[in-house]
Amino acid sequence: MTKETNKQPQEKQPSQSRRTVLKALAGIPVLGYFGYELMQKISVDKNKSAGLIKELGLDDLQAPKEITNAADGKLLRIGMIGFGNRATALARALGFASSSKIESMQENGTIKEWQQQDNLNVAIVGICDVFDLHAKKGLEVASCKTPAGNGKPSELPVKRYRTYKEMLQDDSIDAVIVATPDHHHARITTDAVKAGKHVYCEKSIALTEDELNEVYTAVKNSDRVFQLGHQITKNAIFQQAKQIIKKDILGEITLVETTTNRNTASGAWIRNLDANGKPKPGDLNSIDWEQWLGNRPKVPFSLDRYYNWTKFFDYDTGMLGQLFSHEYDAVNQLLRMGIPKSAMASGGIYYWKDNRDIPDTLNVSWEYPERNMTLVYSASLANSRQRGRVFMGHDASMELGGSLSITADNNSTKYKDKIKDGTIDTSSPMVVVNPGSGAIDAVTSATEKYYASRGLMSTVINGKRVDVTHLHVKEWINCIRHGGTTSANIERAFEEGVTILMAQKSYVEKRRTEWDPVLRKIV
Amino acid sequence: MNTNKTYSNVQLVSLVALRIIVGWHILYEGVSKLLVPNWTSANFLNESQWILSGMAHWIVSNSAVLNTVDFLNVWGLIAIGLGLILGLFTRTASIAGALLVFVYYLNNAPIIGIEYSVPTEGSYLIVSKTLIEAAALFVLFVFPTGKIIGLDALISRYFNKTK
Repeated sequence: MTKETNKQPQEKQPSQSRRTVLKALAGIPVLGYFGYELMQKISVDKNKSAGLIKELGLDDLQAPKEITNAADGKLLRIGMIGFGNRATALARALGFASSSKIESMQENGTIKEWQQQDNLNVAIVGICDVFDLHAKKGLEVASCKTPAGNGKPSELPVKRYRTYKEMLQDDSIDAVIVATPDHHHARITTDAVKAGKHVYCEKSIALTEDELNEVYTAVKNSDRVFQLGHQITKNAIFQQAKQIIKKDILGEITLVETTTNRNTASGAWIRNLDANGKPKPGDLNSIDWEQWLGNRPKVPFSLDRYYNWTKFFDYDTGMLGQLFSHEYDAVNQLLRMGIPKSAMASGGIYYWKDNRDIPDTLNVSWEYPERNMTLVYSASLANSRQRGRVFMGHDASMELGGSLSITADNNSTKYKDKIKDGTIDTSSPMVVVNPGSGAIDAVTSATEKYYASRGLMSTVINGKRVDVTHLHVKEWINCIRHGGTTSANIERAFEEGVTILMAQKSYVEKRRTEWDPVLRKIV
Repeated sequence: MNTNKTYSNVQLVSLVALRIIVGWHILYEGVSKLLVPNWTSANFLNESQWILSGMAHWIVSNSAVLNTVDFLNVWGLIAIGLGLILGLFTRTASIAGALLVFVYYLNNAPIIGIEYSVPTEGSYLIVSKTLIEAAALFVLFVFPTGKIIGLDALISRYFNKTK
């Protein structure tokens, strides 16, 4: 071994130089082989992925169409009724933010995303809130000097209105955004469309059947544009899910499971303390309590009720109105199942044993016999184990969240052969839509499979990210200017309202409720 | 350092084989990232929990920095892989590779008490395959072979001639 040695070449004889050159080029054939194997791999992967995608008919999935001319036309003058946290986010979606918010967006690096938002050619000219502090905040946001989308601040003054009725009487307001506690939604929306204003209203739409019918009739009888605050469907994932449902990838869907999984005090609507554990501001001098109560029972002023209103049936339906409403909207936009035949709810207050009316654990099932389908909602405010939103069909299940994944069913008829020959593996997703790239992939690698199942694919931030609330508000504004129907229109809102009230009635009365389609009444 | 190494045939073949195998892996790591549309190191960096986690999270939070890191990472891997296979700038490629892979290790080290959400395919305690690969690259730096079997031979001959 020691006899034959290799020395780094210093000076070579001419006869040795050919050998040196050959040795020098030894890596080239390796590289050639690498290239050959790489091409093979690319082609095999492509065929595997494209073959499945094509066979499923998903090779022409389209990205949602972008609205491009929502800003064309006269300046739209908007009044905001209620200016709490949600309204602040809605104002941002319109392009307006306070200077402190702009600063914090600069710090956390989200400012660019916001600035790139489309200029919607709107001005917030009116603020109405029963709490002086919120009204003041609203006035500051509305007077934003540097609106998103390179917008210029309007020359129009921003006015505070003491009551929403005062705002509705003012002809210098074209449209209103309602972001009050839920017990005002139906009444304000009804009065607003009657006063000739376009309305964007936060969910949920109504707390009683009478209010629901009233707002439905009022919006139906007017030519004003109504949009309910369900921005979730503006996610590109939903548009693609819609096409997947249309192409019947899942087979006959007989069960849809929706869930809520939260385990914090704030998640359970205990929000009267600030981050330092001190009571949040507000007293009878700064809050118009009579107006806040509206037509609800007169009770003494209480910060608990003011900040934690969701806990009480007088002002909300709890998880049903706040959280299930989004779930229902997502499912209804995809399946259009409308109003159920029956609802059965049960649950209780098992963990957050304070003065609340609303259950912290709730399970509801709604039956749609004509669609051969059950919708389930299983919700907990005392456990945050992530359970998804799953559409279960005979051939496959689709989990739809921040990302979308489809897993074939073991006993599928449609995919029987493919499962048998190993093309489809039922133990992991067969199709994943990655919202980061907007591309659809058949899942081929272990890493992809892993990220898909954890929903980590959705954390990829690349290209332009857009706030879905902005898109939802934009759709509303586009319909105001150019006509058309909003996606969360009054028909969808009515279906949702009935579905929620059926479950609420079932929970409160501890019985199964039904919808009478002739009388249009819950019985 | 004295680079005027003398190897037996077996030693030479072993070192060159190691160089090519590691080079192959690193080249494919780079190329495969290039082939994934919108690939980003963000997912990997988000998992970082040990001594480099501060830097990793800073990179992820700043999209311009992240884009630069992604670009340098992909093309750095490809350049290092090519260098090792071809024996081109072998020592630079080896030490650059050793450092780069060691940074991966620091971001994903199997230290007791740190748990990553991405499962590993083997069983590791402090030492992982990543650390072994970094060590192998360091060995290749210390025992260079590019001037015997590799394009570095031609380069050094050219320079010797022009001297």
